[in-house]
Amino acid sequence: MQQDRPMTRWERFKDNDIVWSFLHSPGAIVAATITLIAILACVFAPLIAPFDPFDPAQISLWDGKLPPAWIDGGQPQYLLGTDNQGRDMLSTILYGGRLSILVGLAAVCLGMVLGVTLGVISGYVGGVTDAVIMRIADVQLTIPGILLAILINGIGRAALPLELREEFAIYVVIIAIGLTDWPQFARVTRGATMVEANKEYVQAARIIGLPGWMIMLRHILPNTLRPVLVIATIGLALAIIAEATLSFLGQGIPPTTPSLGTLIRVGNEYLFSGLWWITFFPAIALVVLVFAVNLLGDWMRDALNPKLR
Amino acid sequence: MLFFILKRLAQSVLVMAIVSAVSFSLFNFVGDPVNNMVGQDATREQRIEIRQQLGLDDPILTQYTRFLGNMMRGDFGLSYRIKRPVDELILERLPATLELVFVSAIIALFVGITLGIYTGIRRKSWISRSILSVSLVGVSLPTFIIGIALIYVFAVHLRWLPSSGRSGTIEFGWWKTSLLTVDGWRAIILPAITLSLFQLTLILRLVRAEMLEVMQTDFIKFARARGLSERAINFRHALRNTLVPVITIIGLNIGGLIAFSVITETVFQWPGTGLMFIQAVDFVDVPIMAAYLVFVALLFVLINLIVDILYFIVDPRIRLGE
Repeated sequence: MQQDRPMTRWERFKDNDIVWSFLHSPGAIVAATITLIAILACVFAPLIAPFDPFDPAQISLWDGKLPPAWIDGGQPQYLLGTDNQGRDMLSTILYGGRLSILVGLAAVCLGMVLGVTLGVISGYVGGVTDAVIMRIADVQLTIPGILLAILINGIGRAALPLELREEFAIYVVIIAIGLTDWPQFARVTRGATMVEANKEYVQAARIIGLPGWMIMLRHILPNTLRPVLVIATIGLALAIIAEATLSFLGQGIPPTTPSLGTLIRVGNEYLFSGLWWITFFPAIALVVLVFAVNLLGDWMRDALNPKLR
Repeated sequence: MLFFILKRLAQSVLVMAIVSAVSFSLFNFVGDPVNNMVGQDATREQRIEIRQQLGLDDPILTQYTRFLGNMMRGDFGLSYRIKRPVDELILERLPATLELVFVSAIIALFVGITLGIYTGIRRKSWISRSILSVSLVGVSLPTFIIGIALIYVFAVHLRWLPSSGRSGTIEFGWWKTSLLTVDGWRAIILPAITLSLFQLTLILRLVRAEMLEVMQTDFIKFARARGLSERAINFRHALRNTLVPVITIIGLNIGGLIAFSVITETVFQWPGTGLMFIQAVDFVDVPIMAAYLVFVALLFVLINLIVDILYFIVDPRIRLGE
């Protein structure tokens, strides 16, 4: 780009290599659009959804088990049909997706905070602390995440008294998935921290006598965040799948405030009576959501880290 | 060599110690064991007596040592719900899980390697391209959704195969097998496919990548220059050299199969150990939960130990690095 006048902010933004890569990758644009639409639809579910599935006044059992609008017997106000309780499928999916995304984000955040903190400490302090943290991460990585999440979630549920289980189910799920997530974050952050720690600006900060925590927080941490973002995106897809799986197993979000996984579980019981839409639409919503987030993560990995290409 | 194995062994023992401590603490922090044994309406004296019988008044460390001793003998006490010894219950359920994992592993290996070779050799053909795109979708589909889809198509719609349970079992001592009858095979086929699909795609992609890499090497070019037939190049030279990494990841894949068997068993109501664990959580059946935890940890520790040692034997570079 010619420099006869200073670049405007927008031009500088467009000139950024990440933005360039994004605008030249149709897959990434489609994935980002789908993800954005899904997130917006779920965030604004109360405004978009034609019905409120949690309002008993809007639900009538008479309208239960109606097929989608384009099939014989369907009614135009229920576009995707209704479930066994007469709730509009489209509305329950929007509300369910909202919960799924929320739980996924919360779980990834928990795993990220935990993993990045331990990773920076591990990489900066080194020695025994480093050895202990990384050994734990190694051991945890040998066990498949979904199994670990099922086990931690199971222990968490069992530890709660029966009457509190439904109320706290969502937190137990978030903690279980977050705790299985952290080793990836810790490993990547530790590697990046070790690279940064030897650079001159960190040594300069040390010489002027800044305390260790401040060097870690203010100087090293911001420089390790690129790879963390990639792992967080791929982790979000995995966390959404993990939540759906736990809920499908009946170990996650209770049917009173269903997530996508819970909806699929409930619908599964009606599959044999031929009421396929109660399972089918939430399942499709879940698959599309996960697929879009996955594609986005793949693109981000390529764009942010040329070494992995 | 000896030092390496000893180091790995020490690590494994440490892991088992942590897991056993977790499962021991389950007994103490989850529910009241006395309530679970006698029910709500026992008298105070009865409760105190049972507390003493169970040794719950001893110091924690004594209790933990006793728990470890029992664990070594495979004794986890009685299930709260079914009132039978837990080790017996697990042994009863184990054949179902192992057979499911075994059949899935065979499917994943056989189909995965075959398709991997095909897509590796004919990488430009449209069949290879479609196999690869389908496998990409397969990776992002959650296991339970694949299970539901298979049930809907083959059990509900076409009515070809049963949708749940295990049938046609024949007993050999304590081992109940379903692999010897037509009914048994009909029941195992859907869950086995569901379980194998994810591993299958992984193996497919790995074999393909390895094949592509080997095809670029000098010795394959040299074999071409010598005028060997395509068949000899593909199978005698290329395939052989791709199998080393494939064999080493099989061990880890068995771990993955066991992990996902929990989900598959629940979808198909397959009476294995995974379904037992899920049901135990619902009823807070602590002895079964604790036993399953130790069992799974032991399995993974063993698998990893074996894979590590195999790596060590197969790849001399690791030996030098240590």
